[in-house]
This record gives sequence, C-alpha cells and structure tokens, in this order.
Amino acid sequence: MSGSQPPWRFQPLGDSALMIELGTGIDPGLNARVHALAARLDHAGLPGIADRVPAYASLCLHYDPLAWDYATLVERLRPLLEAEAGAPCPGRELTVPVCYGGEFGPDLAALATHCGLSESEVIARHSAGAYPVYFLGFAPGFPYLGGLDPALAMPRRAQPRPRVPAGSVAIGGAQTGIYPQATPGGWQLVGRTPWRLFDPARQPPCRILPGDRLRFRAIGLEEFQALAEQEDRA
Amino acid sequence: MIRVEQAGLGTRIEDAGRPGWQHLGIATGGAMDPHAARAANALVGNEPGVALLEIPLAGPVLSFERGLWLALTGADLSPELDGRAVDGWRPLWCPAGSRLRFGRPSWGCRAYLAVSGGLDLPEVLGSRATDERAGIGGLEGRTLRAGDVLKSLPARLPPPEAPERPWQPDWGLAWREIYGVGEAWRLQLIPGEAWDGLEAAGQAALLDGSFRVAARADRMGLCLDGPALRLRETRERLSAGVAPGCLQLPPSGLPILLGAACQTTGGYPLLGRVASQDRPRWAQARPGDALAFELGDVATAQSAWRREERLWQMQKAELCRRYPYQR
Repeated sequence: MSGSQPPWRFQPLGDSALMIELGTGIDPGLNARVHALAARLDHAGLPGIADRVPAYASLCLHYDPLAWDYATLVERLRPLLEAEAGAPCPGRELTVPVCYGGEFGPDLAALATHCGLSESEVIARHSAGAYPVYFLGFAPGFPYLGGLDPALAMPRRAQPRPRVPAGSVAIGGAQTGIYPQATPGGWQLVGRTPWRLFDPARQPPCRILPGDRLRFRAIGLEEFQALAEQEDRA
Repeated sequence: MIRVEQAGLGTRIEDAGRPGWQHLGIATGGAMDPHAARAANALVGNEPGVALLEIPLAGPVLSFERGLWLALTGADLSPELDGRAVDGWRPLWCPAGSRLRFGRPSWGCRAYLAVSGGLDLPEVLGSRATDERAGIGGLEGRTLRAGDVLKSLPARLPPPEAPERPWQPDWGLAWREIYGVGEAWRLQLIPGEAWDGLEAAGQAALLDGSFRVAARADRMGLCLDGPALRLRETRERLSAGVAPGCLQLPPSGLPILLGAACQTTGGYPLLGRVASQDRPRWAQARPGDALAFELGDVATAQSAWRREERLWQMQKAELCRRYPYQR
C-alpha cells in the first residue's frame, strides 16, 4: 500500500447512511474540517440527502437509497473531499451571557472547593476560555463543547438532579455544556444563561450551531432578567 | 371529531418523521414501522406521511362523533367497532357515534390507525410526529390522554351507501410477507466497524437467535437479552452519527437496537445496522421475541429495497383503482 492514503475514510452505516471519517481524535482543527466539509456539501446541494450530522471527527450522511447507491454516492463525494485544503470553518463567534452562582449555579461552591479555587477564580477561568462547538447531540440544541480549563474539571454528581432548568451552564468531568431544555441531569451547575437555546418557532430553532466558537461572559442578576425578557419578546 | 375515551399505553401521533434537523440534535422520529404507517394511509386514500396514530400493545378507546373512514395496520390488537371484530389492512367505515376499542394483542407490537384525510394538527419543524424529548409535535409533544379530542381533515373517500352501519370492503392489502414467519424475527445486519472485533461465540449468538427483546424496549431502542458479548479489544467509538436500526454494544455486553426515536449521535461500539427492508420486523418485535441476525451487505440491501419499493408502488396503484370515487 502506498503512503498516500487520503486523510479520510468512507464507512457505510447500513443501507441508507454513510460516515465520512476525517480522523480519530477530539481536536478543534480536525473538527473544523468536519464543519467545513458540511458547508461544502450544503453548497453542492446534492439531492436525496436528508441529513448530514457532524460529530467530533466525522460527518454522517443520511441518504435515500432510491436516489443513491453507496458506490455512486461515494464517487460523487470524493471531489468535495479533495477540494478540502484551506477551507475555513464556517462557524460564528458567540458570547454567551451567564449569571454564575447563587440559585442559578448551586454547585459553584462545591466545584470551587473541589478545584481548590475561590468561586470568583472559577468564574474568571470559565469565562476566560474559548469553546469550540464540536457538534450538537444528545438533545435538541445540546452543544458538545471543547476547551474547558482542565483546572475546572469535576466528576458528575453521584445523584443526578431530577430536573435541571433550561439554560443551566454546567461542568461534567472534563467538559462544560449548557442544558437547552429542562431535563434530568448529573452535571455540576455553575450558572445559567438567559438565552433560549432551543425554540422550534425560530429559524434556525437552535441559538448555538455546530462549528460556532463560544465564550462566556459573566453577568449579574439584573442583566440576566433584562436579557430573559428580551428572549421572551423575540 | 375523535374523542379519546381511554388513552391506552403510549398511543401517539406520528408521521414520516422530521428529517433535516439531526445536525441540531433533533431526532427524525416518525413511525417505528413506516411500512405499516404508509399502508394505513394508502388504504384510506391519504398521501404517505400524513399524521396518524401509533398504538403500542394496549390500545385506546376512541369514539367518533361523525362517520369516518379509517384503516388499521401493523400489529393485530384485536380491534372491535361497537363490540364486533373488524379487520386490519382493509378500510373501515365507522358510523357517527360508533366506538372503537382494542383487545388482546394477538400479533406484533404496534398498530397504526389512519383516518381518511389525516389528523389535523400543526406542523412543527416540518412534521406532526410526537417528540417528547424536544417537547414538540403531536399534542404538545406528548402521548394521548383520556379526554383529548382529535380533529381530522376532509376525508379523501366518500361515505359508503349505508353510512349508518359499519362497513368494510372485501379488499385490502396483503401484508404477511413484509414481516416473514418463523420462530425468530430474521434481520439482515450490515456489519459495522466493531463486528470483526466480536468474539466468534458472540457473533454466533447474534446469528443463531440467542438474543431476545428485553422488557426495556421502546421507541428509543430495544435492549436485547442474551449471552453478554465481548469485544477482543475494547475500543471506544468516538461519538458520531447513529440511526434507527443500529446495533450498539454498551459496556454491559448486551446490545441495543436503536429505534425510530434514537438520538442523533452515539458513542458505543457499532456492531452493524439492520437493513431498511427489515425495519418493520424489529418495529413489531415484542419483549420476549427472539431476533436472529443474518449478515448482509449494502449493495444487496439497497437493491432489495428498490425492488420492494417498486412492488409497493404497484400495490398502491392497484389500491387506487379500487377506491370507488376517490376525491
């Protein structure tokens, strides 16, 4: 076998989906290539593809087997992959307002103790980070974020909460995330954003999109309430 | 107007699902058994993908304020209209004031009830399918409750000659061959990246019907009971796209067959995915039923799917010729 293996791999996912794997790790640069590929695919406007689902290192295409057979689709996709070099990641820079601590972040104190930091140090570190949105999954609008400061890592709660309010900003293991909807959850809650992350009446229905890059901005209760009212009016 | 007198266990509104949003973490969902759902719609003159009821095992009690055409397909849950047994896979005229109930589930797991014209509900993100996780579709994103009222759109078929009496024509759809017969549900599995890593005994157990649907089986997925499976080397799958029919292997060693409402991404090792053609079979498998996988390949599965689609188009054309005065 020659040493010029293409940096991608096709893999069927049954008879109506296929995976394009661009690598094997969790890495912002690799993930940016996934989103760039998704954008090129959208631009190409191939018929018979219902969904293209980005993840850490792959793009999953759900296609209609009446429109495509696997081999033909792979041949059609190859030029899109070969055109890859230098394509920019289409994501946006978003600053998410977060009201840390208090009733919105009931685990902030425990997290500070666990990490050997003061609460304000935790807030400073969390809102200093830059977080790539690797993909959305698990629930509508739930962002899988990279970039958490390793000093802020903390295991999940032994007892998950039966109800975590929508907008909760949380840390679970070495990851941070935002709960788009009220749901049971085991992550450590450090704050809450007034942003509505999932709203089916809006277009697009999710506020944060795959490939975006997030920062968190600490806000006070008053600003939280003002922004929450704006969200209700929007 | 359809009155829900008793809701049954998890009766819900479905359609062909909500494709196009999976990149936002929104599941496609839709009918677990799309074949039965489109057959029910076709029997009452509806377009495919019109909203209907999906009824798992324990059916509701429904009363009809005005006469309407409906069709029941999928599982046989012993339906009775005003106390008299009625047939599935044939149109059924329900006169004004009649009441439909279900009895013993005698075959399969999910029945579909289509009303001529379809259920009148708002579309959310392009679909009326119920998605509890997102809280959207159907009736406010939930299953039916006693006291709910469902409206239907104008019927696609005219009433029969004697609309005051229940009536079924003598034609319908042949359906047994979709599901196959035998002691186990036979499912073609297109192998995934973890299949070759499975120990030989584990592969054999999946192929010889040693796995049964566990009690924990719902639209998210069917947990399977059998000998715990082990991979020769533990390799995590980096979270990536998954789909209905995927056979995942969680650390317990007991595989999960993902259902219509599965998440959009998953990180368990992937043993394979069941061919689209066989989806009606696992959709109708009940807790306790045995599943026997057969290794398939993409090209064969895709040509079988195309053949089946052609066959269905012919059946549907035949059906359309039967409708007396379709509007």
